[in-house]
Amino acid sequence: MNIKTNLRSSPHLKQPVTVPQIMRNVVYALLPVCAFSIYAFGLSVLLLMLTTVLTCILTELLFCRLSNRPSTLSDWSIVITAILLALTLPPGFPLWMAAVAAFISVALGKSLFGGLGYNVMNPALVGRAFAQAAFPVAITTWSPPFLEGRFTEVIPSTLTPAFMQPIPIADWLAKTSTDAVSGATPLALQKFEQITTPVNEMLFGLTSGSAGETSALLILLGGIYLSVRKMMNWRIPVAVLVGAVVVAAPFWLMDSGRYPDPLFVLFSGGLMLGAVFMASDMVASPVTPKGIWIYGLFIGGLTTIIRLFGGLTEGVMYAILLGNVLSPIISSYTQPTVFGAGRKHE
Amino acid sequence: MFSANTFDHGVHPPDYKSVTNGLPIRRMPFAERLIIPLAQHTGKPSTPLVKVGQEVVRGQPIAESNGFVSVPQHAPASGVIEAIQLMPSARGPKVESIVLKVYGAATQQTLYDNPHNMDKLTPEQIVQAVQDSGMVGLGGAAFPTHVKMQPPPEHKVDTMVVNGCECEPYLTCDHRIMLEQPHNLIRGIRWISRALGVDQAVIGIEDNKLDAAEALKKLLVDDKQIRVQVVPTKYPQGAEKMLIKSVLGRKVAPGNLPSSVGVSVFNVGTLTQLGELLPHGRGVIERVVTVSGPGVEKPGNYLVPIGTPVSFLLQQAKAKPNANEVIIGGPMMGMTVTALDVPVTKAMSGMVVHEGDEHGPKKPPAQPCIRCGYCVDACPMQLNPSMLGMLASSAEYEPMTTDYHLNDCFECGSCSYVCPSNIPLVQYFRIAKSVIRDRAGAGL
Repeated sequence: MNIKTNLRSSPHLKQPVTVPQIMRNVVYALLPVCAFSIYAFGLSVLLLMLTTVLTCILTELLFCRLSNRPSTLSDWSIVITAILLALTLPPGFPLWMAAVAAFISVALGKSLFGGLGYNVMNPALVGRAFAQAAFPVAITTWSPPFLEGRFTEVIPSTLTPAFMQPIPIADWLAKTSTDAVSGATPLALQKFEQITTPVNEMLFGLTSGSAGETSALLILLGGIYLSVRKMMNWRIPVAVLVGAVVVAAPFWLMDSGRYPDPLFVLFSGGLMLGAVFMASDMVASPVTPKGIWIYGLFIGGLTTIIRLFGGLTEGVMYAILLGNVLSPIISSYTQPTVFGAGRKHE
Repeated sequence: MFSANTFDHGVHPPDYKSVTNGLPIRRMPFAERLIIPLAQHTGKPSTPLVKVGQEVVRGQPIAESNGFVSVPQHAPASGVIEAIQLMPSARGPKVESIVLKVYGAATQQTLYDNPHNMDKLTPEQIVQAVQDSGMVGLGGAAFPTHVKMQPPPEHKVDTMVVNGCECEPYLTCDHRIMLEQPHNLIRGIRWISRALGVDQAVIGIEDNKLDAAEALKKLLVDDKQIRVQVVPTKYPQGAEKMLIKSVLGRKVAPGNLPSSVGVSVFNVGTLTQLGELLPHGRGVIERVVTVSGPGVEKPGNYLVPIGTPVSFLLQQAKAKPNANEVIIGGPMMGMTVTALDVPVTKAMSGMVVHEGDEHGPKKPPAQPCIRCGYCVDACPMQLNPSMLGMLASSAEYEPMTTDYHLNDCFECGSCSYVCPSNIPLVQYFRIAKSVIRDRAGAGL
């Protein structure tokens, strides 16, 4: 026998799923949300997405070069970060600010920690949190969906010159919008004016809000797709949503005039987007089965508490970031029980 | 979470069994030389009974057991002892072996007999007869069978579990044995359970071998002692602890033997050979080996004399010229060999040959762990391979055992199999275990 054979360590079979494949599928799951967002808000959102994707890619290339790492663009994770960031921003967010946020996402949120697999927090939310602190006015300036002419002209604030504050859009809105809708989001309406937006409007994305948080239905579909393909742990979004409802329900039962009903909590703001696409970020969530439930419930509960009692209308971003930071601790306290240990004779 | 009839977690690799599961067992001719290692079993190596130049007949004992955890060896063919010296083994280091030059016209008939009346033997005599046969766990464990028949006295064994799972992809030798020799299997079960003093035996068979399960059920209609239980096809269903959980719902605690929950586990191949050998007082001189994989043109289930060189197997199975990987055992837990003159031993259930670029040999480079949790959901022992892997890659070996139960890992490979980052987790764990062993040995 004249055969040259190789020496390898077992196992000699390999499941074909790879990291780039998982990441690519997350991008696929996000595409309908993106498409709807562009359809609802028009050119501005398209430009916003192009800006974040381009900036994120360039930042990643820059940091890979600086740290002498091979380019990691092929794993697609950077595209997810870029898309998620764009989806959390207001549709008319100035592009230069979006570029800054995108740079921070990749640079501070990811590259400085060592790239994919080493980031402590969800990179997109790191960028979003930076933008929230740095550009408080721009990030709370909303414009309503389905404006006429959204495919031919951009929201004026989008093209704010670099390093300038956004151009106010109230006058522009009054001019464009036939029925004079205010740009207020369902969360703000509820918190400050006790006006509850009907759930079906939020489900189908007929309200103001961030570029991607408006259609809960498409977000859910994306989540179901990923769960079925086992590329996302369905327990995380479920736990987040359950946590949010469980904390919200008692307050609503006590005073339904002042506090929102659980369904409203579920479908308003960024909770759905955060639960399905951000809290479920594999890298920044626990790996242990018990830890995953604790992590999800914590994020959901904290979101509701921030919404009800904090100064901000939305709490999902900080809740997820805090959950991310806690997840190593959660993991270490929820190690799985070894087969056969503990209970005997089950 | 605690589903009946199977264990939690595990993986579903493609099983590739249709390549050989329809092929009857065929006898393989003698190679020119057979190499019989004195240690093909766990425990002390046996002591040679023959001298260089001595003639032996097929079936004659050529080495005797050296203590309780040791078994004898028998001549797989008639011939002359050519040497007793260090020879290469599949595990790597050279081991003391008897080299037998086979006579050109050697017969396939076993010429050595020491008949027993099995009905008259006491349990102790059966245990002795099993040791004399040189039997070890033919499923791959190579642990002397007679030792397993004498569990620690503080454990009361009430059930025998017969392992017919054969959960490794490609392997079909146990499947064919159950189909072709069910009577020997049932005889073996009865004798060994009598020696063990148990009145209950369960044959666990994965549901990708329903024909074998049906064949056995037909012979066991109304049998009060032996029952057949079909379990879902899932890797590693054939692991001792997993199978006990699947068929009896009992869980063996970490670090404990199956006898601690009243169970003894035997492989179908082991019991079938015992059913055949014991009445004649003969020893293990051959075994069924599945030779399969894309690298051979004539895959099959071959009855191979112990000591046959792997290169001879490759020749008989017509290995393709571009074959580039030879796995001893199955593809999940088996090991590759580069020295093709190593012999077939008692515990070798299969040989899988890969060719060209299929399944490697180049493994894609490992990427950072993204904590997807696939490995946590795959580990049948419910460990946290992700955490273990991170500790191993930063060489923090001690916490792996003290905090993360590394010693409960039996290296089934499920975690490496599912890892989307291609991290060689099991390989990390083997390295960690051996480093820890070395440090303990050095008194550090």
